[in-house]
Amino acid sequence: MTGKDEAELSRLMRAAIAGDEKAYADFLRRIAALVRGFVRRKIVQGGVDPEDVVQETLLAIHVKRHTWRQDAPVLPWVYAIARFKLIDAFRRRGRRIEIDVDDIAETFAEPEQESVSERDINRALDGLSPAQRSVVSAVSVEGQSIGETAAKFGISETAVRVSLHRGLAAIAKRFGQGRFGRE
Amino acid sequence: MRTDDLIKALDADARSKAMPLQSAWWMAAGAAAVIAAIVFLLTIGPRPDFMVAAHTMRFLSKFVFTIVLAVSAFALIRALSTPGAPTSSAMAGMIAAPLLVALAVVLELLAVPEADWGTRMVGSNMMICMGFIPLIGIGPLAIFLWMLRYGAPTRPVLAGAVAGLLAGGLAATFYAAHCFDDSPLFVATWYTIAIAFLALLGALGGRFFVRW
Repeated sequence: MTGKDEAELSRLMRAAIAGDEKAYADFLRRIAALVRGFVRRKIVQGGVDPEDVVQETLLAIHVKRHTWRQDAPVLPWVYAIARFKLIDAFRRRGRRIEIDVDDIAETFAEPEQESVSERDINRALDGLSPAQRSVVSAVSVEGQSIGETAAKFGISETAVRVSLHRGLAAIAKRFGQGRFGRE
Repeated sequence: MRTDDLIKALDADARSKAMPLQSAWWMAAGAAAVIAAIVFLLTIGPRPDFMVAAHTMRFLSKFVFTIVLAVSAFALIRALSTPGAPTSSAMAGMIAAPLLVALAVVLELLAVPEADWGTRMVGSNMMICMGFIPLIGIGPLAIFLWMLRYGAPTRPVLAGAVAGLLAGGLAATFYAAHCFDDSPLFVATWYTIAIAFLALLGALGGRFFVRW
C-alpha cells in the first residue's frame, strides 16, 4: 500500500459518505482486494476461510462507517477492523473445535456440502425475516436495482431501502455475536 | 453469496446515514451529565455551605481530580471507540488524575500531624460516598456502554473499563459538591474504590454487551 492508495481511498470514502454510490462501489471493491491479501497472509493453516473474513470485514466497514473520521487516514481504520474480525474468526473456530463433535459426523455424511453455499453469510442470511431475506437476495445475488426490487415485490422503494438496511444491519449483528454457525 | 454480490447490497444501502461517532460522543456526554445532575439533585444535592467551602483549597482540589479524570477518560474513550485511531497520548493522559491525587496526598501528609491521618482518611461519609458515586454514575455508564456499541472498539473490555472511569469521574464531580470530607486522604481512598467499582462494571459491560 502506498500513500497514493491512501489518498485515493480516502477521497472515494469521503465521496461515498457524501452520497456518491459509484465511489462507494469502487471503494468497497478495492478494499475487498486489500483485505483479501491481508487475511490470506495471516491465515497460514486451514480452518478459517479467508473469504468469510473478507465479507465480515466489508459488512463491519459498512455498518460502522460513521466511526471513520473524515480527516483521518482510512487504511489504518480498515486494517484495524479487518484484524478485529480475523481474531474473532479464529476465536470462534477455537470454540467450535472444542465443542462440536456432531459437526464431524455431519461432514463425513455429506461431503458435498462444502461449497460456496456454505459461506457464513448465507447462514446469517437464513436468520433474517422472509421480507428482509428476499430483498437482500434480490439486490445482491440477483443483482437487481432498488427500483427493480420494489417492482418485483410490489412495495415502495423506501420499503426496499428500509428492509435492505435492516437486513444488512441484522447480518452484521449476528456476525458480531458469532451466532450464525450451527449451534 | 459471493463477495461481489455482497458489495452490490452494501452499495445499494450507501445512502443510509448515521450520526458521525465523534458528534454522537458529545451528545452522549451532555445527556450523561444531565442524568447525573438530576439523580444528584433529587437525592443528596450540594452541601449547604457550598459557597463558603468553595473558598478552601481542599474542597476545590476534589473537583480538579474528578474533572481531570473525566476529561482524560473522555479523550481516551473517543479514541478507543474508533478503529485504528492512535491511543497512546490519550492513554498517557490517564495518569494525570492519579498523579494529582498522589501529589495532594503527599502535601496533606506533610500538612497534617500523623495522629490525624486516620480520622482524615476514614472521614464521616465513606458509606455515602461508596453508595452514591456508583448510583449517580450508573446512568452515565449505561449511556457510554451504549455508545461503545454504536462505535467500534477493537478492545471492548478496556473501552468498557474506561467508560466506567468516565462515568466515575462525572459522578464524583457531582458527589464532591455534597461531601464534607475534603481531605485528599479520604478522596484517594473512597472515591478510588467507588470509581474502581464503576470501572469493573464497565469492563464487564464491555465484555458481554459491546459486540459488533
